[in-house]
Order: sequence, then C-alpha cells, then structure tokens
Amino acid sequence: MDPKLSKQIKTFATQVRIETMKEFKVRGFGHVGGALSIADTLAVLYEAVMKYDPKNPNWEGRDKLVCSKGHAGPTLYSILALKGFFPMDWLNTLNIPGTHLPSHCDKNQTPGIDMTTGSLGQGVSTSIGLCLGDTIQGRDCYTYLIVGDGELNEGQVWEGAQFAGHHKMDHLIAFCDYNKKQLDGYTADILDQRDIGAKFAAFGWDTQDINGNDADAVYEAIIKAKATPGKPHMIVLNTIKGAGVKAVEEMSANHHIVVSAELADQALADLEKLWAEQKG
Amino acid sequence: MNYKVNFTNEKEKRAMKDVFGATVAKMGEDPKFVYLDADLMSSIGTKKWADAHPTQAYNVGVSEANLAGMAAGLASSGLKPLAHTFGPFASRRCYDQVYLSIGYTKNDVIMIGSDAGVTAAYNGGTHMPFEDMALYRAIPHATVIDVTDSAMLENVLPKLLDMKGLKYVRLGRKEVLGVYEAGADFEVGKAALVKDGSDVAIIACGIMVAEALKAAAVLEAEGIKALVLDMFTVKPIDAEAVIAAAKKTGAIVTAENHNVIGGLGSAVADVLVKNTPVPMEMVGVQDEFGQVGPQDFLQNFYGLTSEVIVEKVKAVIARK
Ligand SMILES: Cc1ncc(C[n+]2csc(CCOP(=O)(O)OP(=O)(O)O)c2C)c(N)n1
Repeated sequence: MDPKLSKQIKTFATQVRIETMKEFKVRGFGHVGGALSIADTLAVLYEAVMKYDPKNPNWEGRDKLVCSKGHAGPTLYSILALKGFFPMDWLNTLNIPGTHLPSHCDKNQTPGIDMTTGSLGQGVSTSIGLCLGDTIQGRDCYTYLIVGDGELNEGQVWEGAQFAGHHKMDHLIAFCDYNKKQLDGYTADILDQRDIGAKFAAFGWDTQDINGNDADAVYEAIIKAKATPGKPHMIVLNTIKGAGVKAVEEMSANHHIVVSAELADQALADLEKLWAEQKG
Repeated sequence: MNYKVNFTNEKEKRAMKDVFGATVAKMGEDPKFVYLDADLMSSIGTKKWADAHPTQAYNVGVSEANLAGMAAGLASSGLKPLAHTFGPFASRRCYDQVYLSIGYTKNDVIMIGSDAGVTAAYNGGTHMPFEDMALYRAIPHATVIDVTDSAMLENVLPKLLDMKGLKYVRLGRKEVLGVYEAGADFEVGKAALVKDGSDVAIIACGIMVAEALKAAAVLEAEGIKALVLDMFTVKPIDAEAVIAAAKKTGAIVTAENHNVIGGLGSAVADVLVKNTPVPMEMVGVQDEFGQVGPQDFLQNFYGLTSEVIVEKVKAVIARK
C-alpha cells in the first residue's frame, strides 16, 4: 500500500467521523453505532476507489453504491457533502422537516444517493439490478453494496446471493459490516451467523475476511476483488459497532442512542486531535 | 363495554411501549402464549420479559416473512402466538405470509405493527405505514384494530388471545394523549361513544380520537354539537353505530392516521353508501407517502389535526 494514499484515506475517514458526529450532535440522537462501524469502508470507496462526478450525480457511467443498511445514511451524507455533492450546511438538517437528509437513505432526496433503503434486505436485490443494468447496457462500472450482519437475517439477502452467484456478477462488490451486533443485542445471541464468508462462498461468491476498521485492509481487499473475475465479491468487515468513538464503542446497547452534547464534544475533541496528527 | 372518558388533552405518564411490555408479560401467564419479535424487542418494551422467558419468547432476527410464517405454524400446533415488528414490516414486508399462512389457512394469530402512521416520525418515509390497515382489511375475516390509548391497549390486547383468526393491532410506542380512565373495558367490534352530539358525527381511530375530542370542544364553543365515536375496531366495522350516528346527525367526518384510501374513511363510506347516504368528509393522509420529521410537524403536514377536523365538520354541515 502506497503510504501517501494510506495517509490520505485515513485522514479522510477521520474527517468523515467528525462530520458524522456533528450531524448527530445537532439532532441529539441517531443510529450512531452502525454509522461509525462502516465509516472506514465508505471513506475508502469515495476517497480512492469509486468513479463519480459530484456535479453530475446521475452520470450513467459512475460506480454505484447501495447502502442497504439504510440507517447508516448520516455517514454517507458527510462523505457526499465533503465531496461536493451538496453544501456542507445541509449536514445541520438531518431529520428536520423538509430536509434532504432523512434518517434512511433516499434516492429522491439526496444527490449522490443511488438507491432508497431502510427496509433491510431490499438493497441486496436493488444493487444486483443496478449492476445487471450496467452490464446489459455495456457500461464499465462497479456496484458496491453495504449490508449489516443483522441484515443477513433477511431471506431476501440469500435470494439475491443465489442470483448474483449463479450469474457470476463480478462487478458486484459487497461488504458485510460484521460489527457483531444488531438492534436487540449480539448477532450471535439472536441468530448465530456462523461463518459469513463460507455461506457466501457456498453461493458461488469470492470472499475475504478483513479488519473493516483498517482503511488499508479495505483498500487492498477491493483491489484484490477486482483482480478476481467470474464471481461476485463479499468482503466481510470485522468491525466494532461505534468504531472511532470510545464512549459509543463501550456502550452495550449502541444501535440508536441519545447523543448528549458532552458525548459529542468529547468525541469531536478526540477526533479533531487525531485528524491534526494525521494531517501532520 | 364499560368505560369512562377522561380527556384532559395531556400526554399519559406511561409510554405505550411500556404498557405493551407489561401487557405481554401478563398474557404470558397463559402457558400457551408465545411471543415472537423481529429484532425489535428493545423498541417495544418486551426484552426484559422475553429474556426471562426463553421458552415463550423468540427473537427471529430481522426476518419478517419468517416471523409471520412461524406464527402460523405455532398456531396450527395449538399455541397462541403474538408477533411484533414495526407496522410497515408487519404488513407490506410479510403480506403473502400473513395472507396465506395465517389468513387463508385459518390460523389464530395476533400480529402487532408498532409506529402507526406518523408516529414513526424520525424513522421517516420508509418506516411510516399509511397503508397497513388497508392491507389487513383486504384479508378476508381479519380483525383490524387501531389503539387509542394505554387503557384500551391493556384491556383489548388480552381479549384477542382467544379470538379466532387473524388479528392486526397497530399502535404508537410513545406517550399518547389519554382518552379513557384506567380500567376501561371495551368490546372488539363495537365502537365506543366518547361524546354525544346531534349536529355531526366524527368517527375516529387511534391518535385521531384525541384530535376529534379537541375539535369537538372547539365546535361546542361555536354552538356545534359533535358526536364522537371511537371506531378502534376498523374491521369488522360497527355498521350499526355508523348508521345510528348518520341518522342522528345527518353528517359524518372520519379521522385516521392512515391513507384515506382503504382505511377507516373507506370502511365508513362503504357502510354509508349502502345504508344511509349522508354527506361525509375524510380527514387522513391524502394518498401520500410518509417523510421524516417530528410527529407534530407530520400531523400538521398531512392534516391530521383538530383544526382540520373542525374545517371538515363545517364543510360537511354546509353540505347537509
Ligand atoms: C425490514 C426491516 N426490519 C426491521 C428494521 C428495523 N431495524 C433497523 S436497523 C435493525 C438492526 C440491523 O442490524 P445490522 O444489520 O447488524 O445493522 P448495524 O448493526 O450495522 O447497524 C433493525 C431490526 C428495518 N429497518 N427493516
């Protein structure tokens, strides 16, 4: 991994966490745990991997992204704002009347959001449709899919997995945010997922298991996936729910939380310190 | 039926989810009771009881089709299942399983859809059910209930346990404006008269009963006597009560936290056109999708307020 690129992505990931925590601070509550666990992967994708044009968000030749765990919208919103899809001050409007930034991703509300999500499981099929559509229309681009580990409970995930595997959709790169928790508690206690990679492999997918809060590992896994033709890709991200904000990481129930000013201020102080160090 | 109305326009002290949790715990005293949830126990106040009763409570994870189908199988095996998830997922996300494995197969199941209509608030449009009652009404012989307040919830829910067929109950999770005194007793399928009147009848359900009472007070001050009926059982609708209200007042306004297509308004209109056609207006969501925001903003946006009821009452009286 090129050290310069590595530094650049990690710095961006911290900036994304800062803006995301600011969104939650303004609103005072939200799906913080699952927004933070996926921050590194989304930062890698938008900083170093995906092709897109913020001035033309609907450009047909862009890579597409479906955040099927739609409640991680706030992380995506900070990235899209930082990349110039819309003004930074929209980030103060999360969930308020008339906002363009609702709690769950909405294609018709937010420039740069490629698919509406929020009903878990549905993004798997819609991402397959997007990817297949690009193939049918001869466009050379990738579709990226983010699913939660709890989301894997949905049968629809596996319906899609069968199709993508059967059709060898190698331009579909999926990530499972394996943060070990869902809404009511630990995924292993509710419905043990066992070996997620092995399950997708059984459906004909190419799979990898990585540290999903390590931006270098995420970047390298994507490069590796692209070099493996003939199969859709599942990158299992070993993550921590709440990653990057100590107080949230340490909460036992951190799916949807109240974000006090103290919590947010402490998180922002820590993140800004880290950001200054990273920028060097 | 035996209830006292005590409407003070104040939020109840207990959140509906806490009342729901306590009621489920009570229902659990029946050894045949089984509780299923799709990863939303902590959201509806049942997690503590469920954790303590692992052979009576099961978390099926985020899998609503499986939730509905399992409930059907449990019923066929001789148990009394109650299954909960948010309203959109308890209706649209598992409709065929509910329709076929529960409804058509004649399995006795209680399905609960929480976050009724605009009470889904900050979860936004994807999570805001304006069509759940319409979908459940379309299933033959289903019972559909929109809960008014905590007194009704704790009284009506246990009654459903030994009722035949498919029962769908929608409710909010937060504190609501209380309408009834604690200890109230209701009869499923019979409307509750909450205020008598002679000039117009407002037929409401769910959170709109409180709005109807607020509207009735405003109208009273202007000399208009509104009758208010709580039609908490939207199906089977209490046709007798609708007809009597129409005959007595000659004008009807319905009010629901739901699309006017397929919900309470449609059900009342159906009774009226066949029996006693009188002028009628519908307060409810006018064929729109949901969106994100606080509940009061959403109620204003979609016209689910006492002010809109007052307007519609005046409009309907003018049409008499
Ligand atoms: C179909 C559906 N059922 C239920 C929900 C409510 N819900 C939102 S997030 C969530 C838990 C998801 O867990 P996971 O996929 O692990 O997400 P993460 O931990 O990454 O936030 C649930 C049950 C939903 N959004 N969609």
